[in-house]
This record gives sequence, C-alpha cells and structure tokens, in this order.
Amino acid sequence: MRLHIKNARVVDPASGKDGAGELFIADGKISKELSKPDRVIDAKGLVLAPGFIDLAARLREPGYEYKATLESEMDAAVAGGVTSLACPPDTDPPLDEPGLVDMLRRRAKALARARVYPIGALTVKLSGEGLTEMGQLTDAGCVAFSQANAPLADTQVLWRALQYAATFGYPVWLRAEDAWLAKGGVAHDGEIATRLGLPGIPAFAETIALGTILELVRATGARVHVCRLSSAGAVDLIRRAKQEKLPVTCDVGIHHAHLCDLDLGYFDPNCRLEPPLRSQRDRDALARALAEGVVDCLCSDHTPVDEDGKHVPFALAEPGATGLELLLPLTLKWGQAQKLSLAATLARITSEPARVLGIPSGRLAAGAPADLVIFDPDASFTVAAASLRSQGKNTPFLGYELAGRVHFTIVDGKVVYES
Amino acid sequence: MQRNPQLNEKGELQHLLSIEGLPREILLQILDTAESFAGVTEREVKKVPLLRGKSVFNLFFEPSTRTRTTFEIAAKRLSADVINLNITVSSATKGESLLDTVANLSAMQADIFVVRHESSGAPFLIARHVKPHEHVINAGDGRHSHPTQGLLDLFTIRHYKKDFSGLTVAIVGDVLHSRVARSLIHGLTTLGAPEVRVIGPQTLLPAGVEALGVRVFHDMREGLADCDVVVMLRLQNERMRGALLPSAQEYFKHYGLTADKLALAKRDAIVMHPGPMNRGVEIDSTVADGPHSVILPQVTFGIAVRMAVMSIVAGN
Repeated sequence: MRLHIKNARVVDPASGKDGAGELFIADGKISKELSKPDRVIDAKGLVLAPGFIDLAARLREPGYEYKATLESEMDAAVAGGVTSLACPPDTDPPLDEPGLVDMLRRRAKALARARVYPIGALTVKLSGEGLTEMGQLTDAGCVAFSQANAPLADTQVLWRALQYAATFGYPVWLRAEDAWLAKGGVAHDGEIATRLGLPGIPAFAETIALGTILELVRATGARVHVCRLSSAGAVDLIRRAKQEKLPVTCDVGIHHAHLCDLDLGYFDPNCRLEPPLRSQRDRDALARALAEGVVDCLCSDHTPVDEDGKHVPFALAEPGATGLELLLPLTLKWGQAQKLSLAATLARITSEPARVLGIPSGRLAAGAPADLVIFDPDASFTVAAASLRSQGKNTPFLGYELAGRVHFTIVDGKVVYES
Repeated sequence: MQRNPQLNEKGELQHLLSIEGLPREILLQILDTAESFAGVTEREVKKVPLLRGKSVFNLFFEPSTRTRTTFEIAAKRLSADVINLNITVSSATKGESLLDTVANLSAMQADIFVVRHESSGAPFLIARHVKPHEHVINAGDGRHSHPTQGLLDLFTIRHYKKDFSGLTVAIVGDVLHSRVARSLIHGLTTLGAPEVRVIGPQTLLPAGVEALGVRVFHDMREGLADCDVVVMLRLQNERMRGALLPSAQEYFKHYGLTADKLALAKRDAIVMHPGPMNRGVEIDSTVADGPHSVILPQVTFGIAVRMAVMSIVAGN
C-alpha cells in the first residue's frame, strides 16, 4: 500500500517539528517522495503524528480470556491510536517460557493490528525465586524482564537478577513496592483511607523499594525502567539518580497523572489500582515531573477487568483500569494543564517510550516504520462503557468529557483503523 | 462528586450507611425519634405498628450476636417481619456473589436490609444496586462505619450530658481497626462537641487521624484529664499477632482503664464501651461495673435508636 497523507498538521515529537505538511508511505516505511499513491488521505484539520507507544497494556492472553481477548484489546489499541505496546508478563501462565512468548507474538502478528513487545517474567512463575531463561526468552522476542505487579520480597534474588540481566544487557522493568509494607493494603495510607476504613499502603513502601533498586543499579550497572511511579518521594529519588547518570528511566500511568485518593469517593472500585492513587500533592508532583522530563513516559497501564471483578466491595475488587482508548485524550489533557506544546506532550507517548524500548518507530523521519496516527485533538466525547472497544469497561473516567479522537491508525504502512 | 448515596433527592435519609456526611438535622431527628421510642421499650406491650407488613432482612456476612439481636428486637417492636440470614455459613461459602444474594432476597420482597460485612464499603455497593423502595442499614462494614452504634453512643452521651456544646470526649484504644470510633468521631464533630480526643499507641492510630477533627494523645493520663466522656474500644486478640502490640498485659498497663486513671477525668464522667468487653485488657472490672459506667444502658438505648433508624428510612 502506497499512501499519501496531505493537508495535515504534522507533529513530530522527536524533532519538535509542528507545521502544515504531507507525508508519503511506501513499503511500510515513511518515504521522501512518492508517485502514484494507492490512496490519498486528506487530513485537513487533523494532526498527523507517530503512532502511540504504550509501555503497559495487558492483553489478558493467555489465561484470562474471560476478561479480554487479544482480538478485543488489539482493536482497542488501534482505536486509541496505539501502534506499539509492551505487555507485562502477568498472564496465566506468566510469560516465563519461550513457547508462550512465541505463541503470543504469532497470534498478535496474525491479527495485524498493533505491534506487540512482550515483557518476559523476571522469575519463574513470577514467584520471586528462580530466574527465568532470559537469553532464550530474548530470542523468542522479549524486550525486557519484569515482575509486573508480583512482589519480589527477597532482595538477594533481586540483586542476582539484576547482575544476570546486566551481564547480557537485558533491560529490567520493575515496579517499586516493598512487599512487606504493602501487604494487605488497598489504598494510599492517608486521610482518605483512614476515613474510608481501608487498609493503607504508605508512600514509603515505594521510596524504600526504589532506594533498594537504585542502590542495586549502582552496584550492578543493570539498565532499569521503573514502572508506574506513584509518589512525590519517588520522583525526587529518580531526579537524583538521573543527575548521577544512573541508567534508569521511568513511567507514570495515566490515572496517576490525573487522579488522587480523593477520587475514591464512595468506594469507587474503578479507583482500585496498583499502585494506589495517592495524595493530591503526589499527583501534582508526578504531572510536573512528566513535564520536566524527570519521568520519561506516560502509559495506559491498560488492565481490563470484567464486571464480576469490580462488582464487589472496594478491597476485594480486582485492581486495574482499562486505558488504551483513553491514552490520547488523557495525555492531551495532561499536556494542556502543564501548558506544553503538542509536540512536547506527544513525546511522552511516542519518541520517549520508543527510546526506552529501543525501537525505530515513534518518529517521522524518512525510512522509519510507517506507524502513524491521524487524530482530531479538539473533538470531545463523553467516556461511556458502550463506546469502549476494550472488553474492560472499568475506568474511573466514565462520564468524563474528554477531547481527542483518532481518525486513522496506520501500522507498517497499512490502515488498521479508520473512523 | 456524586450525591451522598444515603440521601434521596429531597435530602432525606434513604439508607443509613455512615454518619459521615449526614447533616446535623438528620442526626437530631434520629436521636429525637429514638427518645420517643425509649418509652415504648418500657411499656408492658412493647410494640408499635409502624412497620406492620414490612420485611426486615438481617444480612450478616460476619458473625455478631449483640448487634443482630438488637436489630431483631427493634424490628419486632415496630411490628415488622424479621428474617435472619447468617451468610458466612450459607451462600458465600457456595460462591454466590454478594450482589446475587441481595438480588435473590430482593425478589422475596424485602423492605429493609440490615447489612454487616467484613469489607469496608460493602453496604454502599448494595445500596447502589437495590430497588428504589428498598433501604439499606449498615450494621458495621470493615473498619469503616457502624452508624447505629455511633448513634446510640451519641444518644447515651446526650442522655447523661444533655448537650454536646461543652464536652470533652476521649476515645481510647484500637482506633485503627475501629468502625465504632470513626462513626462516633463524625457524629461528635457534626453535633458540635468542642474536643474529641483519641488515645492510643502509634500502632493503633490510623494515618492522618487528626484530619477527622481529633486531638491525638499517646499518654492516657494526659488524654483523660478533665474528660466528660470516656469511650473504651474493644481490643481484639489478633492484634497481638501482627506486631501491633507486645501483649495484652502490656496494653492494659498503658491503655487499660482503671479507677486510678479514671480519677483524672471529671468527677461526673461517664464510661462507655461498645461491647463485648475484654475485662482486664482494655477495662478493669471495678470500672466496668462501677458508678461511672453506662455500658448496660447503652445496650438498652441501642434498641430505641435502631427502631428510630428503621422507622425513619421506611417512611422516606
């Protein structure tokens, strides 16, 4: 397919370029010129940007097909303009064997929608004990190794895992949470949890674990990406680690950039998230750190949960929220609040996650993969369960008025979504 | 922010889920109504026909004797039909979901659900899913709320102290796990008690408890000084296992109420306890049975308060 996109507002976060223009696509790549296109897309009034790269989207396969299927979630991804996504290993069984990873990649490829980058399990069965065969998993297509939200309480195992990964240059993605301090908790340990009578997880459960991780990075030289920061204290630790030039990057989930524990309201189970929504001060620090670049990326932390998993009292609700289709509108909302340019806003979901993943997409240069999105940044809509393609309808943003609608999603030079 | 789920469009009490967020007028309406029912419980024929033909389902997902019994007595004195369901040994163990259980009972024409659940917020979930004519009364959810206990505590305090405007109230012990403490604190601050204190070790006080409008004391003697009301909380044995406390003996030494410590409060101070008591752990028998104790009257008032709550929600 040879495509010509004309009359667009072309935004390339990698170069900071933002202006009227056109783009040619041939052989799945962005091309300098093109004669005789198969299709011309008139993008008048719309933004053309690199497709979004989501560092955490749970597709729920294998094992949790009743919550969502690869097909439903890949539909949701491209409807949200997401052209590449990294999926955490917390499937059932977890992604701890090359065969499972291989199957997931082949199934995803057959659907021909977004590109899928599996994150392998760091420990066998995510049990926090023995190491997985990281070399073979890398050959099967894993781009990094992680515990997802499973605890790794034994710091000696963590040390060994980072040493081993550092030996071969495998990136390790970790969520910073002290397993003991977080035990039994379901909400940020503060005034709101006290009022609601919910067991708390203190912010220092994150900073203590992050301190441990950073010390082990110093000791081992492992490349670590810290997932889903939730507290102001963690932002400070990351800022200092980056000044020290430690090889660390990090991300924040879209919910934590916008919401805080006050949003739990009267026990809204859609606000039951991992990590928990923390105070307004924490939320503001995260949103600001993203603008300053201390936090590298925004991600959806997409976690579809079925109704049964949420129609229970708050503490018993399954954690997580659906997010693939809200990544763009919530990123735009954040960028506006921080008074950022559109290019700087989109960098958090395009060029920056591409850098973390080490993939060639996320930019509009000639020769780069033709993974693109064309969207209307001003078209507003009300978030409703019926309008979400994801099988998960669980989001704290139900009923919110948001702006940002995807018109076309292009992966590998092919239109995979158009509305 | 959504509308307070326990009030209807007219601002009247549709469900009783928590004392927090209830306007002062509604609290006073409940206390005044309970006052009028206090007479009924002393009559020879202890019944009024206010809820005749109505069904009250006692849904207890967590064991309870006292609260369930007083709800049952209160409903019967209002002439309602009462059905007791002890869910811990029925549906829940068979895997039926909370909402399925409620839907099934609703199909049996329930009017009032009295719910106790070990998980904070469970009655809010139920209230969101019941039919418009059905009412939910929270009989204790996790650590969150136990509004009828809070109301009977307020009723007891008002009975002995007449009004709240000059009172210093101390709540002593395991505030962290206590739905009773949270309910009473909200009630007292709403009704204008000028000083509410909580007394306990750091391990038993929740994060940011000051934000509820209380003063924190760790030294019981300091905290009891010049109090009008002393509320002792029950200490459960399992607290000794989670590294919250070393032993019951050591707890009693620091936070047990003895005649000696009570002497620091006002001479006419009253001593309350939500029951069941652990004598020799949080309270000494000489105090529990002594002249300051109003622990048994609390139980009696509990019936009138629960009658008031049921008759008010059923009428709205």
